[in-house]
Amino acid sequence: MVVLWTDALIYLLLVVMLGLGLYLRGKEHIKRPLQKICRSKIGMVSLVVLLFFVLIGLLDSIHFKPADDKKNEIISVLDDWATPLREHGEKTYSSPFATTLYSKEMMLQADGSMQWGYPRLEFGGKHLEDTETQKIPDILQKTAYGFFQGIALTSLLMLIIVSMLRRGNVVQVAPAAGEGSSTKAVWLTLFIIIPVATILIHLSTHYHVFGTDKVGEDVFYQAVKSIRTGLVIGTLTTLIMLPMAIIFGILAGFFQGWVDDIIQYVYTTLNSIPGVLLIAASILMVQVYMANHEAAFTSVIVRSDMRLLFLCMILGVTSWTGLCRLLRAETLKLREMEYVQAATALGVKKTTILMRHILPNVMHIVLISVVLDFSSLVLAEAVLSYINIGVDPTSYSWGNMINGARLEMAREPVVWWSLSASFVFMFALVLAANLFADVVQDAFDPRRSGNE
Amino acid sequence: MNNPILMVEHLSITFNQQQKVVDDISFTLYAGETFALVGESGSGKSLTALSVLRLLPNNARLEAETINLQGDDLLNQSEFDLCKIRGRRIGFIFQDPMSSLNPVMTIGSQIEEVINLHFDLSKAAIKQRVLELLQQVELPEPEQRIKAYPHQLSGGQRQRVMIAMALAGKPDLLIADEPTTSLDVTIQAQILALLKNIQKQTGMALWLISHDLALVSTLADRVAVMQQGKIVETGITAEFFDQPKHPYTRKLLNALPSMQSCLTHSKPENPPLLQVNDFYCYYPIRKGLFKRVVDFVRAVDGVSFNLQQGKTLALVGESGCGKTTLGKSLLNLIPGSSGSVVINGIELNNLTGEALRQQRANIQIVFQDPFSSMNPRMLVGDIIAEGISALHPKISQTERKARVRQLLQQVDLPEDSALRYPHEFSGGQRQRICIARALAVEPKLIVCDEPTSALDVSVQAQIIQLLKTLQQEKGVSYLFITHDLAVVAEIADDVAVMYQGKIIEQGSVAEVLTQPKHAYTQKLLAAVPVMKVDG
Repeated sequence: MVVLWTDALIYLLLVVMLGLGLYLRGKEHIKRPLQKICRSKIGMVSLVVLLFFVLIGLLDSIHFKPADDKKNEIISVLDDWATPLREHGEKTYSSPFATTLYSKEMMLQADGSMQWGYPRLEFGGKHLEDTETQKIPDILQKTAYGFFQGIALTSLLMLIIVSMLRRGNVVQVAPAAGEGSSTKAVWLTLFIIIPVATILIHLSTHYHVFGTDKVGEDVFYQAVKSIRTGLVIGTLTTLIMLPMAIIFGILAGFFQGWVDDIIQYVYTTLNSIPGVLLIAASILMVQVYMANHEAAFTSVIVRSDMRLLFLCMILGVTSWTGLCRLLRAETLKLREMEYVQAATALGVKKTTILMRHILPNVMHIVLISVVLDFSSLVLAEAVLSYINIGVDPTSYSWGNMINGARLEMAREPVVWWSLSASFVFMFALVLAANLFADVVQDAFDPRRSGNE
Repeated sequence: MNNPILMVEHLSITFNQQQKVVDDISFTLYAGETFALVGESGSGKSLTALSVLRLLPNNARLEAETINLQGDDLLNQSEFDLCKIRGRRIGFIFQDPMSSLNPVMTIGSQIEEVINLHFDLSKAAIKQRVLELLQQVELPEPEQRIKAYPHQLSGGQRQRVMIAMALAGKPDLLIADEPTTSLDVTIQAQILALLKNIQKQTGMALWLISHDLALVSTLADRVAVMQQGKIVETGITAEFFDQPKHPYTRKLLNALPSMQSCLTHSKPENPPLLQVNDFYCYYPIRKGLFKRVVDFVRAVDGVSFNLQQGKTLALVGESGCGKTTLGKSLLNLIPGSSGSVVINGIELNNLTGEALRQQRANIQIVFQDPFSSMNPRMLVGDIIAEGISALHPKISQTERKARVRQLLQQVDLPEDSALRYPHEFSGGQRQRICIARALAVEPKLIVCDEPTSALDVSVQAQIIQLLKTLQQEKGVSYLFITHDLAVVAEIADDVAVMYQGKIIEQGSVAEVLTQPKHAYTQKLLAAVPVMKVDG
């Protein structure tokens, strides 16, 4: 097993979240909002979708060197499972479910003559003899097969979980009463997601579900691999940005005076330097560093991982100022609130006031901006890839996919699948995150929970 | 009796298809009379007024048999026709003059706007009419004020502008929704006199909506009392206050703090607990590039007083006189104060840091607004326990919990309140929680900063009773900051009257309230609406 830098940070994040969960389990004022989230249909459905993405991302974060190592490459568990997808490369573009290439070529016929036409794909629909008549029934048949397999799998899962619940050896977060509607919604989502996944798995072993790109790589595989990049950029950047924004913002607002002056000076300075410049400079630095220490970066994947980590860090360093400003303004307002004065009068220490009265009351702002930033960071990654200072061109990301598809949009007939695939995946992830954040925010704002 | 001007029959308002806020009420207004609709907050009185103009919020449903204005059916008018009635035949004065005026328009152009809507006049004539209106509402120097923006006027002047706007359409009916609630007593008296005066001049009907029974008794011809969406009693004012029939009305009247009650107070002399000497609190005014201090706002300007153990000193004054600043800076919550504050023999004003923190237990504070004085994200139990854990960290958790239970019991709240959030409680209950929080560290003095002014009359009486009981049980002293002289009479032993940062008169409550010496105190007392009770 090989642990890359970003892998390590993702594991760390998981451990921290688990620890936080255990710590907060017994707290009454946390339990109630959680129960409310559990009761919300939209919340649970989007959580299931999110977890599905996270699961794929996690599978893609366990890296190892395969036993039959030929090329000194590192692959993830997901890569291992998707080996057929990974290795079924075509020559160049082919449209979704196509059996031939997208452009005409000179082909060598069996009798030795040359013919101008669409050559058959090497892997897509290879098993078919007569593509005209057999393709559609074959696709339908495989779809049906995948569908029933998915249904069966979900039913089995349901059976296991329900029987475990009956026996009562599962710790329940939510009370059983009044959560019928959201349970139903969760099962419904699972009954949609899992069959869709199995259908796609079945089809993708025989066809290119989302077509292939310029060098003949399967777009569906690219899109799935991009999930990890998206999640890493969204979460790790936030992880780096949040402590700075929260600590500086709250301190500036609460203490005012020279503390405020210094912090304001730092972020106005940082804000007046174009972020792109800083990012370009740091990415170049990393590249130079990697060129000088070639021994440490032997594999392509290690290099691109290092670059991804640096991108996260520099994005974090340049993007905390906005949130910091918001938090400072909110803290300025909060510190004049009467409950803060009451706490001062009760002899509560300043650090305690910050932790107990200020921080929880700015968390909704943090939550909203984290989710908004999450989507904008995924987009920022795409923009940076365009000027070649984003993630490594060899690593998979929706930004790289869009960037690659950009030029082909002018082509007639248009190559649309790369763009659509990245769009669909990105949209599903960002939408689920947004909806979930909405529900979380509603649940944790006690002023809103009063009037249901 | 004159001919009816507004008839409302069987009016009901439902929210979200379930909550009946106004429940089948009927009443009639006659031309030229003053009709008062009285009730506590949440009784549906403001909604009733809004429903007549069909200005209800979207999620409210209106049902009525008739709403009839001088023979015109308001219920089935089109929105277009209603616009001609609003402002023209019915004028409306809202409660808060701060938020009812557009801050970026001059008051002159705002009044012009109303005139333009309803009358076809030339520009010069409109200007003339605006001036007339401003003169009618007795705004000083109307020629200059016409170009003023709302923030350049005081609260009372803004309310005068609002009245001028309501009068601009020459309405036959003027609805005044709590027109003086946010104003000081002396200004309240002026505004009420003005309304009465204008009514006499124009002969319009005045529909007054208020929670203040004393105010209503001086102004209204007829009174209706609303409770939980129903009108429980209607009557001519004189009869109404002499012989209230409905038990709720009687309860309301009994809850009113009376000025006479001050004569019954008598407590033995005690050693002094708090001695304040020559106390100042200045806010610096900074100007220019380097924020140089150019001047000071003298919020508290050389104040001295004593407070005895187990007694209550009331600090009385109008808004802006510095009484709240004084209260907060006694607790060192506001920087920039000087002078001596001695409590229990310890000089507080020199202390800083940890030494000050240790002395915090001596003085506690209860704030005016029960909604913003508690952290909305903390459980009530944690809120009350906060002071104990901060000042007595050695007390174990079980002991702390027991202490919280005991405190909740003392302020008459159910035991399970500890595991609920502040927003689940009503205003009065929240104020009880705040009192419990203050009591938790066993203070010798509690500064009560207008603790009852955001509450309804009956709740107000309960809180005052609670404070009195706690004083008897624990011997705690109160510095009671208020603008309401009737409350002072109810609770205080001594009174200090503050005016522009100085204490101008102090003495025992009976002395100050019955034989005021200073001219300002006399003016203040004269402005208080006193219930006309003959028997």
